[in-house]
Amino acid sequence: MSEYLFRAIDIHKYFAGVRALDGVSLEIKPGEIHCLAGENGCGKSTLIKIISGVYQRDSGIIEFEGEQLKKITPIDAIKRGIQVIYQDFSIFPNLTVMENLAINSQLVENKRLVNWKHMRETARTAIERIGFKVDLDVTLGTLSVAEKQMVAICRALMFNAKLIIMDEPTTALTKKEVKALFKVILQLKEQGISILFVSHKLDEVFEISERFTVFRSGKLIATGNTKELDDKKFSYYMTGREFEVRSFVPDKLSEKPILEVDNLSLPGSFEKISFSVKGGEILGITGLLDSGRTELALALFGIHPAKEGEIRIHGRAVKISSPQKAIQNKIGFVPEDRLSEGLFLPQSIGDNIIISEIDHLKKSGIMDKKKCRDEILHWVKEMAIATPDPENAASTLSGGNQQRVVLAKWLACSPDILILNGPTVGVDIGSKHDIHGILQELANKGMAIIIISDDLPEVIENCSRLLILKGGKESGKMSTHEITEKMILDKMM
Amino acid sequence: MQNKVRKLFQQNETYIFLIIFALTILIQARSGQFYTPNNIVDIMSAMIVPGLFAVGAFLVILSGGIDVSFPALASLTAFATTKFLLDINYQGSVLVPILMAIIIGAALGAVNGIFAGLLNLPAMIVTLGTSSVFKGIMQGTLQSKQLAVIPKGMKQFGRRALFTAANKSNGLSSSLPVAFLVLVVVAALTFFVLKFTMFGRGVYAIGGNENAAYNAGFKVKKTKFLLYVFTGIVASIAGIIRVCMMQQCHPTNMLGMEMNIIAGVVLGGTAIVGGKGTMTGCMLGTLLIVLVENSLILIGVPVIWKDVFVGVLIVVGTAVSAYQAEKTGHRKRRGHEVKEAS
Repeated sequence: MSEYLFRAIDIHKYFAGVRALDGVSLEIKPGEIHCLAGENGCGKSTLIKIISGVYQRDSGIIEFEGEQLKKITPIDAIKRGIQVIYQDFSIFPNLTVMENLAINSQLVENKRLVNWKHMRETARTAIERIGFKVDLDVTLGTLSVAEKQMVAICRALMFNAKLIIMDEPTTALTKKEVKALFKVILQLKEQGISILFVSHKLDEVFEISERFTVFRSGKLIATGNTKELDDKKFSYYMTGREFEVRSFVPDKLSEKPILEVDNLSLPGSFEKISFSVKGGEILGITGLLDSGRTELALALFGIHPAKEGEIRIHGRAVKISSPQKAIQNKIGFVPEDRLSEGLFLPQSIGDNIIISEIDHLKKSGIMDKKKCRDEILHWVKEMAIATPDPENAASTLSGGNQQRVVLAKWLACSPDILILNGPTVGVDIGSKHDIHGILQELANKGMAIIIISDDLPEVIENCSRLLILKGGKESGKMSTHEITEKMILDKMM
Repeated sequence: MQNKVRKLFQQNETYIFLIIFALTILIQARSGQFYTPNNIVDIMSAMIVPGLFAVGAFLVILSGGIDVSFPALASLTAFATTKFLLDINYQGSVLVPILMAIIIGAALGAVNGIFAGLLNLPAMIVTLGTSSVFKGIMQGTLQSKQLAVIPKGMKQFGRRALFTAANKSNGLSSSLPVAFLVLVVVAALTFFVLKFTMFGRGVYAIGGNENAAYNAGFKVKKTKFLLYVFTGIVASIAGIIRVCMMQQCHPTNMLGMEMNIIAGVVLGGTAIVGGKGTMTGCMLGTLLIVLVENSLILIGVPVIWKDVFVGVLIVVGTAVSAYQAEKTGHRKRRGHEVKEAS
C-alpha cells in the first residue's frame, strides 16, 4: 500500500465549457489533518463533489487505499469510507436526531424496511463514539448549528469512515464551538481517520492542520507542511496578491461625538450599554454569540428598538423606533446575514445598490432612468464590484462582492453613522482586505463606524476602540493600541 | 406517563381530534342527531372519496411537492372507463373497471411524475397545467356528458353494503358501502409504507431536505415520480368508487375538490412545504372537513354558509400551526451554546 490514503492526480473538470478544475492534485496521508484552502470559486468545492461522487471528473486519476477508482457514485464513496460534511450538513431538519443518524447506514445496507429499534441502537453507538450528548428523539431543526454539526460528524463516523471531508465547518460557529470541534477532530485523528479540512481562515489552518494544499482559479498553487507556512505566504498563495496589515489609526476625529448611547437596555438581550463614537473613528463591539452584540446592533438600527436609555445623534436625543427612523437619522446598517437581510438576491446588482436612495432618484414621481444608471455605474466602479454587467442578479456575485453591494447601497445614502454586523463573515481574504480598506477610508473621511464582530484580528486591526460584551452587559472597554487577542478573550468568556 | 401526556399535547393530531370531538358534541347537543348509528355511517361513507384523494395529496405534499390535478385526473379516468365499458356493453364484475382505472390513473399520474418529478419542474405549475389538459381531453376529445346508466358490475359494487345501520327514533337507515374497505386498505398500506419502509422515510427525507436526501443516497427523482404515479392511481380508484356510489357518472362534479382536500391535509398537521405530517393527522384533517361539509346542516346552518365555515376553519387552523411554528422558531433563534462535546 502506498504512503497515501487518498490521491487525486491531474483532475480536470469543465462546466458548460468553463474550466472549473485545471489539472489539480491532492494527496492525503492516513491519519492526517490536511487543509484544503482557496478563495471562493477556486474549485475546492468542485473537487469535493468529485471525490464524493456528486460530480464526475472529465479526466484525471483518483486512488483510494491504493486502488484506482473509475466512476464514483455517492453510495460508492460512502461504502469505501469517504464522508463529506457539507456546509449545510446535509441533514433533515424535520426528522429526529435518531433518524438523521441512522438513515444513511440503513441506505448503505440496502435495507428496504425500517427497524426502529435497530435504528435507535445505531444512533446511540454513533453519538457515543465521540461522547456527544443529545436527546435522540428531538427534532433536529430545534438544535443549534454546532449541535447539528456534531450530528453530521457522528453520522459520518458510522461507516467505518477513513476520510472525512469537512467543507468550511467553522463558518457558523462561535469561538467556543470551534474549540469543541477541534477537540473532536483531534479525537478522530487519534482513531486513525484522515480529515480534509476545507477553510479559508488562516488561524484555523495553522491551528489544526499538518499539511495543506492551496487552489486558486482551478489550479494547484502550493502544497506542503503547514509548519513551513506563514500568514504572508498563505495569503499570497490564496489570492496571488501581497497584503500588508494596515492597522487603523484615526486620522482626525470630530470634536463632538456623532453618536452617543446612554444606558441602553432591552430586557433579555442587553442592559445598560453606554458608549459614544466620534466622526472619523471606528468602534468595535465584540462578544460571544449570546453576548447581546447582535441585539444591540438591531436596536441601534430600530429593528428591535431598545426599551430604556437614550440615543443622541449630534447631541440631539432621538427615538429610533424603526429602520425608517434610523435612515432618517443617517444611520446605515449592514446586517449579519446579507443573503436574507441585506440583499434582494434575484434582483439586479444595480437595483440592490439604489434601493435605499430610491426617493432621491425620481423626476416628477417617476424613476429617472438615466440618473439611476449613472448612480449604479458610479458605485460599481467605486467599490470595484467584479461583475460583467450590473443588470445581473445579485446572487451571481461571490460573498465578497455581495458585501460590497450592501456597502454601496448604504454609502449611496451618505450616512453619518455606519453599523456593520459581521462585515466579512464568509468573505474571502482578498475582498476582506478590500472591505477593511474601504471602511478605514470612510472613517478617515469623517464617518462614524461601528464594527460588530467576533473576528478578533478584524476588530484589532480596524477599530480604534473596543467595547466588549458578555451576557448582555458591558465587560470592558479598551483601546486597540497594543492589545492582544488573549486580553479580549479573557473579557469575553 | 407524564412524559407521554406532554408529548401527546405537542402533537397536532391531538388538537384536531379535540376539535372534532368538540364539534360533534356541539352538533349532538343542538340536534341530538350526530351520535346516531345512521349518521355515523353516513359520515363514514362520505369519507371514502375525500379520504382516498387526501392520501394521494398528502404523500405528494409530504415530499415537498403538490398535486392539484387529482380531481381532474380522477374525473377523466372515471369517465373514460365507464364510457368505454358501456360502449362494449361490459357485463362483468367491478374488478375490470378498477383495473382499468389503475392503469389509466398510473399513466396520467406518470405525466405529472415526468414533469414534476423527473424533470424537477415546479409541481404547482405542472399540475395546474395537466389539470386543464385532463379536463380538456375529457370534455373535448371524449365529449363527456352525464351518464345516467353505468355498467352492471359497478352498479352492484356501489350498492353492496358492509352493513346497514338504522336509527330507530326516526326510521332512517344508512348503509356503509364495501368501498369503505378500499379506503381502509389504502390508508393502512400508506401508513405502513411511511413508517416502516425506507421508501417512506425517503419521502420524509426528500420533503425535509432534497439535496441531503440525494447526498445520503436516496433515489430522489424516482421516489418523486412514483409518488405522482401512486397519487394518480389512488385518485382514479376514488373516481371509479364515486361513480359506483352515485350510480351514475357525472363528469364534472369532482372538479374543484382539490382545495378542500389539500386544506384538510394541511389542517391535519402536514407542513405545506413538506417533510412533516402523519397519516393519522391527514385522516383527521379530512374528517374535520367532511364533518363541516356534511353536518352543519344538522345544527341549522344553512348550506350557503358551509363554504364560509370551511374557509374560517382553514384560516384559523393553519394560522394556529403557523403561529406555533413561529414561536418555536423564535426560541430556536435565541442561540444556545453547544453542549461541550468531550
